[in-house]
Amino acid sequence: MIDVRDIRKRYDDHTALDGLDLTVAAGTVHGLLGPNGAGKTTLVRILATLVRPDGGTATVAGHDVVRHPGRVRAAIGLVGQHAAVDELLSARQNLVMFGRLSHLGTAAARRRADELLERFGLTDVGEKPATRFSGGMRRRLDLAAGMILTPKVLFLDEPTTGLDPHGRAEVWAAVRRLVEDGTTVLLTTQYLDEADQLADRISVIDHGRVIADGTPAALKGADRLEVLTVAPDAAAARLAGLGPVTVDGDRVTVTVHDRVAALALAASLPDVHDITIRRPTLDEAFLKLVSA
Amino acid sequence: MKWALHDGWVMTRRELAHLARQPAQIVLTLLFPVLLVLMFGFVLGGGMSVAGGGDYREYLLPGMYAMTMLFGIETTFAAIATDTGRGVTDRFRSLPMAPSAQVTGRAVADLLTSALGLLVMLGCGLAVGWRWHSSAAAALTAVALLLWLRFAVLWIGIYLGLLSGNPQLLVAVQILVWPVAFLSSALASPQDMPTWLGTLSHWNPLSATADATRALFGNPGGGTTWPALLWPAALTAVFVPLSIRQYRRLSR
Repeated sequence: MIDVRDIRKRYDDHTALDGLDLTVAAGTVHGLLGPNGAGKTTLVRILATLVRPDGGTATVAGHDVVRHPGRVRAAIGLVGQHAAVDELLSARQNLVMFGRLSHLGTAAARRRADELLERFGLTDVGEKPATRFSGGMRRRLDLAAGMILTPKVLFLDEPTTGLDPHGRAEVWAAVRRLVEDGTTVLLTTQYLDEADQLADRISVIDHGRVIADGTPAALKGADRLEVLTVAPDAAAARLAGLGPVTVDGDRVTVTVHDRVAALALAASLPDVHDITIRRPTLDEAFLKLVSA
Repeated sequence: MKWALHDGWVMTRRELAHLARQPAQIVLTLLFPVLLVLMFGFVLGGGMSVAGGGDYREYLLPGMYAMTMLFGIETTFAAIATDTGRGVTDRFRSLPMAPSAQVTGRAVADLLTSALGLLVMLGCGLAVGWRWHSSAAAALTAVALLLWLRFAVLWIGIYLGLLSGNPQLLVAVQILVWPVAFLSSALASPQDMPTWLGTLSHWNPLSATADATRALFGNPGGGTTWPALLWPAALTAVFVPLSIRQYRRLSR
């Protein structure tokens, strides 16, 4: 649904995108993770036809973003970092206006606005101006505005930045409903738990390139077993059969694939104070990747 | 082309809906120049004389009409800068709408509200004793010249709004606009100013429109019409390409 080949973009003082490749399958949520300035937003702006790339090709829903920006625009929705709604107009007026500008007829635009208000739980406040909305409500209105034409591809650029946990949960629920309807979502975020919650696949971006790509589980890597013992060397020797072992003082850590077998083996060791087994968080995987 | 008109009209209606939602603000915008008329016409006007003779309020009012058009820069600037800064412009650019609509919608809405503002000012003028002494055709030509100036400064507002993308810079725009407003023939004859100020004021585009409308209304201090045609045309010729270039630079 999204196909990016060797996309490049330079600004005066730095290279934002340095030959980036990306493929996103239809009907999936693809997370773009990366530190600030990694090029996530620039990529989204290129794919949403707001910025022209210096080189490479990108197609969205089968249309080239440079040669046929009009066709791309008819197939996408964009929800950027700012809630890009007209704050003076009511929620309903906003949605009707964006509907009319997407070339729905007056009646169709009104009908669609009502549907979207209902769906995003905004019917009761539909006549209120957006200035009076909470952050979460404004983001939901913003999402609704990005959904006017039931886009094939929806770009979400840090959709929950600055929201409280309640607001984030509201936005996540809304995104999940969109995906159920078959929309393909490209999501940029700095919150790793957000990518973990929503994304089917994740690309980690740094310095304008993809440095890792995979499902959240694959990126996190295998489970780790930690054993605290007074006889670390003996324990390390017994555990070496499971996978690569590191010893740090009285702490022995081993990467494992079979949790049950690993626990059974660790429990049979003598002189053990404590055993923990856990999956690395995406944060750990991410920090390891971007510091590599 | 059909969609360009359609989308432009949707955008115009958006601007008009803004006004309907902010009745207090539009009343303030309309009344502010009225306040200036009262201040200059009555508080300071007693000490003013018109070079070449004539009633000061008859001289002042056409100047105030032109000045009201000039102040329109601020409205246009604030609206465009707000949209650009908040990402609303980006949303419009990501829609399958005509790219020209954001500007044409703005232009039509601003000209409509400025026409309304001018109507209020003409009413205010009549209330304080200003009259036109010419034919209806000449008076209508004067009104058209005033709106022509408004059309020209619209593009300055659009250009500066796109350039800054920050509505808080409105104060900076006001600091630029006010000296232009006062260093003109709007309030006082350039002949009565120190030579260098008088020269500056004489060449101010605002003076061209003010003097031409004075002549067309049959008020004292009138000048020829053609500078009031040429100055706005020159401003438009400069600021339309600059605005288009700045809009394209958003894609960089």
